[in-house]
Amino acid sequence: MTVRNIAQAINDALDLALGKDEAVVVFGEDVGRTGGVFRVTDGLREQYGAERVIDSPVAESGIVGVGFGMAVGGLRPVLELQFMGFSYPAYDQIINHVARIRNRSRHRFSAPLVIRIPYGGGIGAAEHHSESMEAIYTHIPGLKVLVPSTPYDAKGLLLAAIEDPDPVVYLEPIRLYRAVKEDVPDEWYTLPIGAARVEREGDDVTLITWGAMTKETRQAADLLADEDISAEVIDLRSLVPLDLETLVESVGRTGRAVVIHEAPRTSGFGGEVVASVQEECLFSLASPILRVTGWDTVFPLKRSEHHYLPSASRIAAAARRTLES
Amino acid sequence: MLAILTPSGNLVAPSPLEPDVVRRLYRAMVFARTYDRKGTALQKQGRLATYASFEGQEAAQVGSAAALEPEDWMVASYRDAAAMWMQGYPLELLFAGRTGDERGGSPPAHVPVLPPSITVGGHMVHAVGLAWAARLRGERRVAITYFGDGATSEGDFHEAMNFAAVFNTPCVFFCQNNGWAISLPREEQTKSETIAQKAIAYGMPGVQVDGNDLLAVYAATEEALARARANEGPTLIEAVTYRIGPHTTADDPARYRAGTLTDEWRQRDPLERVRLFLSERELWTAEWQEEIEAAAASEIDRAIGLAEEMVPLGPGDVFASMYADLPRHLRLQQAENMAGWG
Ligand SMILES: Cc1ncc(C[n+]2csc(CCOP(=O)(O)OP(=O)(O)O)c2C)c(N)n1
Repeated sequence: MTVRNIAQAINDALDLALGKDEAVVVFGEDVGRTGGVFRVTDGLREQYGAERVIDSPVAESGIVGVGFGMAVGGLRPVLELQFMGFSYPAYDQIINHVARIRNRSRHRFSAPLVIRIPYGGGIGAAEHHSESMEAIYTHIPGLKVLVPSTPYDAKGLLLAAIEDPDPVVYLEPIRLYRAVKEDVPDEWYTLPIGAARVEREGDDVTLITWGAMTKETRQAADLLADEDISAEVIDLRSLVPLDLETLVESVGRTGRAVVIHEAPRTSGFGGEVVASVQEECLFSLASPILRVTGWDTVFPLKRSEHHYLPSASRIAAAARRTLES
Repeated sequence: MLAILTPSGNLVAPSPLEPDVVRRLYRAMVFARTYDRKGTALQKQGRLATYASFEGQEAAQVGSAAALEPEDWMVASYRDAAAMWMQGYPLELLFAGRTGDERGGSPPAHVPVLPPSITVGGHMVHAVGLAWAARLRGERRVAITYFGDGATSEGDFHEAMNFAAVFNTPCVFFCQNNGWAISLPREEQTKSETIAQKAIAYGMPGVQVDGNDLLAVYAATEEALARARANEGPTLIEAVTYRIGPHTTADDPARYRAGTLTDEWRQRDPLERVRLFLSERELWTAEWQEEIEAAAASEIDRAIGLAEEMVPLGPGDVFASMYADLPRHLRLQQAENMAGWG
């Protein structure tokens, strides 16, 4: 066991994967020499060499397209796109090639690669550096989409993603990189893909979230506890596949739910969660399932971030509303 | 490589500019450097968000922008504040953008400059479209786009160059090859011996110029603009320069490059050679230097004051500029945000 933050836990997972399997390569802009703009790949190039920890020219479509070729050709690429706002040039490669090759070739070919993408706001970054557009990836058939929010989950899910036979988009919440520390086992371990985590048990209302918003959601649960409202907090961890069983069990019991995400509301993944849950437990619901999300606007710059990011009080207010009916 | 003024201040070809104009542009470079150092300092004090220094690239930006007409379009990147300022972008708005205020992206109506592109490579195609629009509308103006060596690896660079040549659009591609794209050295960015030579593949002229030579940069840009205005098509200019500072205030160059390299480039400083040139002609004195530095500092302080004193944007402003007319669902979200939730 070693105390690690999320960035260190991811680094450790990459270190183990590079050490264990010759086929694993790390490929992306600035991942080598400088260890990534968030230092997540720090030290890996020194240890495994520039042949396996590869600094790419500035070309996201190239990184994913070449990564696709590497994966089909027998490697296990772990690609990095520097920020979610810069993943869009690679979108064509992801949607038209990476996510389809297994089906197009009836299992003859597959692209077992991982695309790591730092995402989300809250650090006062420049334009395009705060995006939270997970739904553009969850909407692509053939991909798995993971979002860890703790160091332990970050390592276990990344190793699971690297072992997985299909392409995985692995989203890293930027503002949590160094915000949470915990004991993380030093050895190789994986967590099941498609399993949510009940982060806190409760009886009155279920708060469903993922990624960086777990923090505000926990704070909201604290606010509610002060008012004797017992909130259950669920961290999805895996958006695709979605752990509907855990959600249905919880909401079936509490009868009330709020889905919280940082991304814009319209066509956000929250809509998918609400629809799926109500299909399974409409008759246990005592109140409509509510959403607390980012607005349908561009993510604002530093001075207005606080006008955008869902706050604990906003989440708590929504939870109270479900209890009014 | 086109060169006119050597690092020791000697002319190896006739100057395209009269000495008094050179003196004015020297002053602009001093202004730019003062602005740039202030930007880094303010970021360290927490008053600006991430700042991208252009120290070492003053001649490339000032020399090229000086050749533009006031109505020419400019589409530049996050590192091109000096060029944007030269083309009329108000200083206080450059600062406002860097403090993290969206109003920094909104120049006055007469300033033909787009907000700086933060995505690498996406903006070069825009210059092609702007130039094309100008031609179809019968306007005499042309478009210039600024980008780095790293940006030439993006697919959009290829598309921009190809479209511009195929449709003969009146535009200029101005690449500041500053040696680095964050941590990636130019030699690993592209195997082309020069960036200028990439132009050949697209069927347009490519010119490599000493980017730290104000006069050569001016001459190359002026010629490219004249070609564009005469409807003779686009040009690629590679200004060879060096990023003296870190990529941004969030970067630590010691992780990937030797300080000695930076020291070597300091010897080729773009300001110093012009100072020597002016001094030789008795157009420079230490007092004048002090005077223009002080004037720059006070003008810059005034602009920072204006940027910081702007009335803060409120919870409704996040929505205000999303559409010409706010649709109903956004009006509801806006009202909710403005009401708060206790
Ligand atoms: C599409 C895109 N990919 C990645 C980034 C992150 N990034 C910002 S600047 C930069 C390097 C650009 O280098 P270059 O074009 O040479 O310009 P310079 O920064 O040296 O001025 C990178 C990779 C980005 N902003 N946009």
